Amino acid sequence: MFRARVYVTLKPTVNDPQGLTIRGGLHSLGFESVEDVRAGKYLEITLEGDDKASAEKQVTEMCQKLLANPVIEDFRFELRET
Amino acid sequence: MRFAVVVFPGTWSDHDCQYVLRDLLGQQADLVWHRDADLSGYDAVVLPGGFSYGDYLRCGAIARFSPVMDAVVRHAEVGKPVIGICNGFQVLCESGLLPGVLMRNDSLQFRCQDTYLCIENAETLFTNELTPGQVISIPISHGEGSYYADDATLDDLESNGRVAFRYCNANGEPTPESNPNGSVRNIAGIVNERGNVFGMMPHPERAGESLMGGTDGLLLWRSVIQAGVATVAG
Amino acid sequence: MRTRTCCATSTRPSAWSRSLPVDQKTLDQIALSWEEYQLACERLDREPNEVELGMIGALWSEHCGYKNSRPLLKLFPTEGPRLLTKVGEENAGVVDIGDGWCVAFKIESHNHPSAIEPYQGAATGVGGIVRDIFAMGARPIAILDSLRFGPLSEPRNRYLFNGVVEGIGGYGNCLGVPTVGGEVAFDDSYSGNPLVNAMCVGVTRIEHLQRAVAKGTGNLLMLVGADTGKDGIHGATFASVELDERSEERRPAVQVGNPFMEKLLMEACVELAEQHGDWIVGLQDLGAAGLTSAAVECAAKGGVGIDIDVSVAPRREEAMTPYDVMLSESQERMLVIVKPEHEDDVRRLFERWELHCVVIGVVTDDGRATIRDGDKVAARIPVELLTDPPQYVREGVKPTWLDDLQAYDFDALPDVGDANTALLGLLAEPEIASKRWVWRQYDHQVLTNTVVGPGSDATVVRIKGTDRAIALATDGDGRMCYLDPYVGGMMAVAEAARNVVCSGAEPIAITNCLNFGNPEKPEVYYQLEQAIRGMAAACEALNTPVVSGNVSLYNETATGNGSAQPIYPTPVVGMLGLIEDVDRVVPMAFQAEDDAVFLLGIDVLRGDAASLAGSEYARMAHDGLVAGQPRIDLGLEVRLQKLCLAAAREGLLRSAHDCSRGGLAVALAECCFPNGLGLDAAGMVIEGRLDAALFGEAPSRIVVSTRDGERLRALAAEHDVPVIRLGVVAGKRLVLGDVVDASLETLQDAYEGGLPRALGEVT
Repeated sequence: MFRARVYVTLKPTVNDPQGLTIRGGLHSLGFESVEDVRAGKYLEITLEGDDKASAEKQVTEMCQKLLANPVIEDFRFELRET
Repeated sequence: MRFAVVVFPGTWSDHDCQYVLRDLLGQQADLVWHRDADLSGYDAVVLPGGFSYGDYLRCGAIARFSPVMDAVVRHAEVGKPVIGICNGFQVLCESGLLPGVLMRNDSLQFRCQDTYLCIENAETLFTNELTPGQVISIPISHGEGSYYADDATLDDLESNGRVAFRYCNANGEPTPESNPNGSVRNIAGIVNERGNVFGMMPHPERAGESLMGGTDGLLLWRSVIQAGVATVAG
Repeated sequence: MRTRTCCATSTRPSAWSRSLPVDQKTLDQIALSWEEYQLACERLDREPNEVELGMIGALWSEHCGYKNSRPLLKLFPTEGPRLLTKVGEENAGVVDIGDGWCVAFKIESHNHPSAIEPYQGAATGVGGIVRDIFAMGARPIAILDSLRFGPLSEPRNRYLFNGVVEGIGGYGNCLGVPTVGGEVAFDDSYSGNPLVNAMCVGVTRIEHLQRAVAKGTGNLLMLVGADTGKDGIHGATFASVELDERSEERRPAVQVGNPFMEKLLMEACVELAEQHGDWIVGLQDLGAAGLTSAAVECAAKGGVGIDIDVSVAPRREEAMTPYDVMLSESQERMLVIVKPEHEDDVRRLFERWELHCVVIGVVTDDGRATIRDGDKVAARIPVELLTDPPQYVREGVKPTWLDDLQAYDFDALPDVGDANTALLGLLAEPEIASKRWVWRQYDHQVLTNTVVGPGSDATVVRIKGTDRAIALATDGDGRMCYLDPYVGGMMAVAEAARNVVCSGAEPIAITNCLNFGNPEKPEVYYQLEQAIRGMAAACEALNTPVVSGNVSLYNETATGNGSAQPIYPTPVVGMLGLIEDVDRVVPMAFQAEDDAVFLLGIDVLRGDAASLAGSEYARMAHDGLVAGQPRIDLGLEVRLQKLCLAAAREGLLRSAHDCSRGGLAVALAECCFPNGLGLDAAGMVIEGRLDAALFGEAPSRIVVSTRDGERLRALAAEHDVPVIRLGVVAGKRLVLGDVVDASLETLQDAYEGGLPRALGEVT
């Protein structure tokens, strides 16, 4: 079994209203040091796979097909055997 | 009575609440911007529905830190009524004035529809014009209205009469089918321990005229006004 | 094909035809033709630099410049005593509804972005049209959406459908503007190229109306709202080319909307217009072609120049060039033309709403658009050049396949065997089935004005502070337009009007969105021209001038063999109706047992096979058959609508419902559902073909119920409209002659379950 920790984030140049608003909230609480906030999604996926390479291939496909929308989002993941 | 209707950036039921209180029920109802931190001139505070700060991060999470919220807490501490509707309910939960949280609807979709509510406790500030078991119809309009609290909290709410009403069917039965969002134990509205802070997901301000489909919401507003009159008289 | 450049004023031989520094690839990127480039050089008397070329490309695109459609749009009737704006001159059309109140409304497409990223494409479509309305100083009070998708049996179409619905809800719900109605249709023709047309309606006092104009030398241009990023550069161009495999590469044209920011902008602009209109001279939203289009159009309208310094524009990204800033389509931005003495007042107002604003330029008297980047001049072009693109009058050619299609002989098909089963099947078709699955995801009640919500012929929204209400409907029928664009165009306008009439409202004006394929193809141009002529004829007949509109061309998808297939020609009409007395609103549903049910518009139920043209029944029962010659008698239509309105005003009508998709039988079932009241029409006599009589889609028919059949007959005779009594409201079954007899429960299960089942959510 493998466990993938998948991070889906908006592409760096895409507008992130949520991140901007959270940044404003942090500023108003006095966290003036905050320069930027980007919000994203975090998913944990447990899956079966013959080996790490095949699991990696599967997770990549999942990200490309469903978890991220390549139009506006990037993804990355960490994969561990469990 | 003098109502303060609080406006956070992103609030949208403010005008609807003002309309029902002022134009339909003849009360004073002022819109108060969230940066105005003085509520001392008001008898009751309404936190209306909307998407404060876009509901980004979590519903109500950023609004609870607005300057006005300190005044809302003080207002509640002296025992005056605070009413949170929809997003206002979420803000009250985030700020700790009410227990529990509102999670994403179990359908994972926004829902705008009529719901039936059965009155559990008709002695709260907000339900005294109703009778226990009475069924009223009030619409909901939210994507994150699934009430959740742990069992101990729920048991405490139930045993102290703090569940004001539940989602139910036309016959007053709180069935799973009549639960529009997956709220635990069909809970649609609760009060705090002292009984002066009240939160509900449905929108009573949308049920104020027969032209709009019903007037059951007026019963809740009249309860608050009635309680206010009684307080002044007492 | 004849191509004419109407605006080429210079007749001297072009000096620019040789050795230009621009290559075809650059021109392709901004969708300018070589000839257009040469024309621009001639009129500028030099070669434009990169920024200038980008600005010209954007404003000369079909999306901004209407270079293919403008000559045809002139065919629309645009005059009327209630009209307060000239079509095309402002962000939206405005109609006087009496007592000092006016309504601003417009419909606009966001088809291409929605095909690529359905949630954000639809969401920013809503955002754009809402900005158009509050740019007029009006408070937006209603959103409607006219949507078309390919069949839900295909996963990609389900994905697009889900995403679009969620995006509309996600944006509109957050804004606090109710999404009160619209339509959803399905057809193979829209697979891969969905149509997402959003309409917004606002109200205000006439004295608070704002214009998108810059005038008064020295007045300030203030940019308000979101920071500017590299979003959607060339979005206007993107909307003006066909979708193909390479569309994916043009992805930056899709943007992420911020409804929260829009809500703040809306509140601030409405407050500015209502309370401090004297501080400003103009208000304009930034839409397609961003700052370029907003500033230049304001300047053109005021007959002035503008001088903008892009270096002061707040940016979201590093390393943005003047080109990027001028052409960015970042959402949620407005341009305000402010009197200098009120600069601080206006700034304080926006800052109170927690919005950034910055003065980015001034109004000048030189008639030029000067763009600076600090102390460098980045572009300088005459405003008139930018807003006067070449116009093309083309010659359409009637498609060769049309005659055969229209001549299709339905009589050769067998009549329906089991009408009960056919009716159940039709009610379950996503095209006809209840759209509750869609609209329950939209807040359709906020602002507490929704008297009649989604699911009816028309939505009715009251105007607080008056006794009045407005009725709103969107209609379009790509299938009918495909079979006959002229008749289909007439039918779209007639049905939209009929829908508002059914609610008791007088139709007063329309907005429209013309969704067509590539106009450079003679067959598509033919469709466009014929549809516009048909719509214009119906608008004349029904006395509903066109106040605003939008054109979405190049709606085609790659077929895989190198060619592109245009969508069905689909003009969508947004109709505004007025009800003087909100207590006289007529519902769609039957109200009480024993009310008599009449059909207005015909006097004999005679099934004529021709009425199966373009019908859902023909498509469902005969293997996707779309054929025949649609027909409409505009004279009858006008008389019918006058009759219905007169009866509504007399209080004669307990209910009224238009017969459209699915024909008479479906309309009758829909009258039964909301209140669970059946219809006993066992005595109904049907002549001719059963399928045509029950499911044919001939227009100009309205089902009504009344307690005073005698008076209704008399009124119908006065209006010279045939009527037939169908039966009475009774029981819990729908009984039509001896051919349909079904419980409402069964029928309603098919109707309500149709869409969730097609989506695979229930079995």
